[in-house]
Amino acid sequence: MAGKTLFDKVWDAHVVQEIPKGPGVVYIDKHLIHEVTSPQAFAGLDARGLKVFRPRNTVATVDHNVPTVNQELSIKDELSRFQVNKLSENCRNHGVDLYGLNHPYQGIVHVIGPELGITQPGMTIVCGDSHTSTHGAFGSVAFGIGTSEVEMVLATQCILQPKPKKMRINIEGKLHKGVRAKDIILYIISRISTSGGTGYFIEYAGSAIRSLSMEGRMTICNMSIESGARGGLIAPDEVTYDYLRGREFAPSGTDFDKAVEQWEALKNDPDAVFDKELHFAAEDIRPMITYGTNPGMGTMIRGSIPGEEELEIESINSFRKSMQYMDFRPGAKIEGTPVDYVFVGSCTNGRIEDLREFANFVKGKKRASNITAWIVPGSKQVEKQALEEGLDKVLEAAGFELRQPGCSACLAMNDDKIPEGKLAVSTSNRNFEGRQGPGSRTMLVSPLTAAAVAVTGKVTDPSEMI
Amino acid sequence: MAIEKFQKLLSTAVPLPIENVDTDQIIPARFLKATTREGFGENLFRDWKFDKAGNPREDFVLNNDKYHGSILVAGKNFGSGSSREHAAWAIYDYGFRAVVSSFFADIFKNNSLNNGLLPVQVTDSFLAGLFKEIEGDPNTRIEINLIEQVIRIPAKDISEKFDINPYKKECLLNGYTDIDYLISIMDRIEEFERNRT
Ligand code: SF4
Repeated sequence: MAGKTLFDKVWDAHVVQEIPKGPGVVYIDKHLIHEVTSPQAFAGLDARGLKVFRPRNTVATVDHNVPTVNQELSIKDELSRFQVNKLSENCRNHGVDLYGLNHPYQGIVHVIGPELGITQPGMTIVCGDSHTSTHGAFGSVAFGIGTSEVEMVLATQCILQPKPKKMRINIEGKLHKGVRAKDIILYIISRISTSGGTGYFIEYAGSAIRSLSMEGRMTICNMSIESGARGGLIAPDEVTYDYLRGREFAPSGTDFDKAVEQWEALKNDPDAVFDKELHFAAEDIRPMITYGTNPGMGTMIRGSIPGEEELEIESINSFRKSMQYMDFRPGAKIEGTPVDYVFVGSCTNGRIEDLREFANFVKGKKRASNITAWIVPGSKQVEKQALEEGLDKVLEAAGFELRQPGCSACLAMNDDKIPEGKLAVSTSNRNFEGRQGPGSRTMLVSPLTAAAVAVTGKVTDPSEMI
Repeated sequence: MAIEKFQKLLSTAVPLPIENVDTDQIIPARFLKATTREGFGENLFRDWKFDKAGNPREDFVLNNDKYHGSILVAGKNFGSGSSREHAAWAIYDYGFRAVVSSFFADIFKNNSLNNGLLPVQVTDSFLAGLFKEIEGDPNTRIEINLIEQVIRIPAKDISEKFDINPYKKECLLNGYTDIDYLISIMDRIEEFERNRT
């Protein structure tokens, strides 16, 4: 029998029972919930007269709906306020810990899990949110679920899941100047498309991946879902342990050392087999940007939008629709396109390292006059750290302002909406039609590229400016 | 919550020949503020259906009286993006009972099955054929037989088998849900917890 992959090891250790010809019953270690995808699940539970089975294993926060200014005041939007209050009520009734608005641990679910040490190697983690894949950066099996499944986890700490196939994506070599984790993942998705990962769990490996910080690894795993994959993961190593040491909910003292011993086993057996394996060279990757309305429509900033002759016939309808929406021409160059908005934030790039990168770049420069910029920390902790490091002062001097934590313009459920027709350069993960507000046009980039755009006012390759 | 049983469906269909339809299009984020499962059908494909002034867009298929029925036939990679189950709720609430495509995003597929909405995955060529037939005659009736796992156009004798997980098929045929099953094995789950530590 072939050896096990890292993914197999974690998955198999959590299978409570196999249903013949059916999915497995998978036990969930950590369940993260937020205000948008949980109310119907709690309602279902209440209708059955059930209580949350293991309230200690669920952690709640508010992120999708919250304002990013004046968080101290009550939320103005009535529906948002109702939804946020509903979560408090549900958590209170069921004994679930909630990091609500103004709590020092509040933030985007996928930012707070790791920074509080809730996310640990070898765990199974779910959340009613597709970017749960982020947590895979620690060598955990983490994936997004629907609300019916949220209800199942609340009620039984388990869900029914068919075991996905396994893919490994290897990125070997040295990255060029100005190329960041975001560029790597945008590159991968542009190569394998938004459905290339469907049915798979992806392990990212190779020297270029190993060289990344935890923040960078989270950015990569975060966008696994954008390739259609259920999730992504990276084997834990010293970088992982160093990140976790001393975090609030991580084991401490000798318990930590014991945990590391166990985490060390979380790697592929030498004879492990993947259903699919892909190799990319780090040298081929340059700063990337998307030009269309799905994350697979990406290219080098120095490149051009493809011409229709380069596309497969069935894709023509979608491509044309996309070009029309973006108001771009097939074959056109991208660099130099004037931009209206810059958004830095989200569970993809709203961590301290991302804010530092942006601040370092704009230090001593000025915001371009045509640019409106929203810089949104991913969590209260990120905000606190940014203030401690004086990043807010650096930003202010360059004409930018730091807002308060939340999902913000990543999905524009709060007031942070890019106006109709305006072109935004965004560090988030989705460029779908209207994602950042009805009629908004989005180009996805790294925080470094976002900084270059913020000071030049147009699409700019940052490589030559650092 | 039990789901409606699904065994056989005979209906006309609505064609949406666009690839990569993501769940943000199916139900835009600003409509996710509700705390119940009902009423999302009204905002299905909201921004494709209406322009910014709130007027129906003539060229969108849901505004075209020619097409109706409880089957949605859509381009490849349907339901990608956000895991919002609200997408499945909206499609169901609007009145669809099955979605046919040549490829579905994983989470959308799960969410649909958990709500009694049947995702029917067909080959690219069969899908192309369906679009042609429906667009040629909007009254074309399509039969989806879950028991036999066959989709066919009875009038044309065109058909194809489709796959579905046997467990999920049982659930749909009988209106069972996963949560009922999980609750029935609570003893087993607690035993698993005891054995881990
Ligand atoms: S930041 Fe964006 S992608 Fe991440 S959880 Fe929030 S809405 Fe979802």
